[in-house]
Amino acid sequence: MTVMDQTFADRDYSLTGPESDAAVAKGLASADWYHSDVPRKEMKALMRRSDAAADRDTVLWIGLLVLTGCLGVLLWGTGWAVLFFAAYGVLYGSACDSRWHECGHGTAFKTEWKNDAVYHIASFMVMRNPIAWRWSHARHHTDTIIVGRDPEIAVMRPPDMVKLVLKFVGLPDAYFDLKRLGVNALGRLTADELEFIPESERGKAVYWARVHVGIYVATVVVALVTWSWAPLLLIGGPRIYGCWHMVLMGLMQHGGMAEDVLDHRLNSRTVLINPVSRWLYWNMNYHVEHHMFPMVPYHALPALHARIKGDLPAPDRSIVAAYRAMIGALLRQQREPGYAIRPVLPATARAFREDLHDLDVARGGA
Amino acid sequence: MAWVDVCAVDDIEEEDVIRFDHGERTFAVYRSLEGDVFATDGLCTHEQVHLAGGLVMDETIECPKHNGRFNYQTGAALRAPVCEALRTYPARVSGDRIEIDI
Repeated sequence: MTVMDQTFADRDYSLTGPESDAAVAKGLASADWYHSDVPRKEMKALMRRSDAAADRDTVLWIGLLVLTGCLGVLLWGTGWAVLFFAAYGVLYGSACDSRWHECGHGTAFKTEWKNDAVYHIASFMVMRNPIAWRWSHARHHTDTIIVGRDPEIAVMRPPDMVKLVLKFVGLPDAYFDLKRLGVNALGRLTADELEFIPESERGKAVYWARVHVGIYVATVVVALVTWSWAPLLLIGGPRIYGCWHMVLMGLMQHGGMAEDVLDHRLNSRTVLINPVSRWLYWNMNYHVEHHMFPMVPYHALPALHARIKGDLPAPDRSIVAAYRAMIGALLRQQREPGYAIRPVLPATARAFREDLHDLDVARGGA
Repeated sequence: MAWVDVCAVDDIEEEDVIRFDHGERTFAVYRSLEGDVFATDGLCTHEQVHLAGGLVMDETIECPKHNGRFNYQTGAALRAPVCEALRTYPARVSGDRIEIDI
């Protein structure tokens, strides 16, 4: 075992262990992060809110959900039903994640009630407590991939490849998400949730967990009464059979990148992807840009990317290219948990913020 | 309490905000779409981020880090993750200058 292995092998990713105190002591918690320079006038234009794009995308999303769901039920028992439920599953079990995310930031729509309505619907679809995850995601932005601080680190080191593959069929995530909702519905919050949800919001978290669990119980009752799988394929089930696209996109965000750095160019990944995936994912493939400037709405991220790309590592050219690099890094992290991809900056970019990096990056990386 | 000179009126665009540091304190000074001026503490009550990097929309300021929102005219916290109100300060236009009473 190398020195790096010894350092990383026992890392504690919980928010209540010694890593949390260590991150605070090192100045990694609630720290100042690197930002590319964008003149105020241009940034104001990029941040500008509008309902137009999200209205269009939401009408299309809900319309497609109703269309594919109805056709799946009407053609039940035929091969066509499989096709329509496959489409419905992705629209429900994958597109919900990006809608949850953007509406949680409050940037998708200009009109606040629209953000809130879609946020609550999408939170239910993705099996996330809307209150707990709002606070979880705020922490993710405060302390992105800071071990002991960030509750949303998807790939912990050393990576468990079997667990990562199972994520594509919603396992064990859906089980743990449902379990956590059940625990919340009983009036309890987990130790990590107590760490980042303020006391004034905890009652709301319990209330919404009860609403979600109540709908799931009603769905199961309807499925039993009608003795049909259809209700479960329409509600809840897509979190398992339709989540593969969400996982495909989500793992790319930070997988194989650095931990414990204060420069999103080192811990996040931007990938150029096909237009269908971009629509399903609401442009979160521009992930470095999103983390650097979270107040820029999804529909303006391509423009933000164009504006600051001279200060960013070149994006991966495709999903395949991103996965090739990421899988190589994850396999290497199984042997060397301290390893992280070190992106190459263009000549026009300012240097990485080098003062607080994880061990491998600090040592020059590979 | 004393009126302190901040900047020329034209230094803040309409529906925008600037950071103003005075002594060891930092403030956010706003100009509304109607041309009225306002002032608040400069840091978000959630995570101590400078609000001057945020977005002014109508009567609200959105924090650039976590998208929490305040009414910058009253200081009221409007949107999670902010829960605690922002302190406000009187502001006025004197000639072509903006002043705040801190």
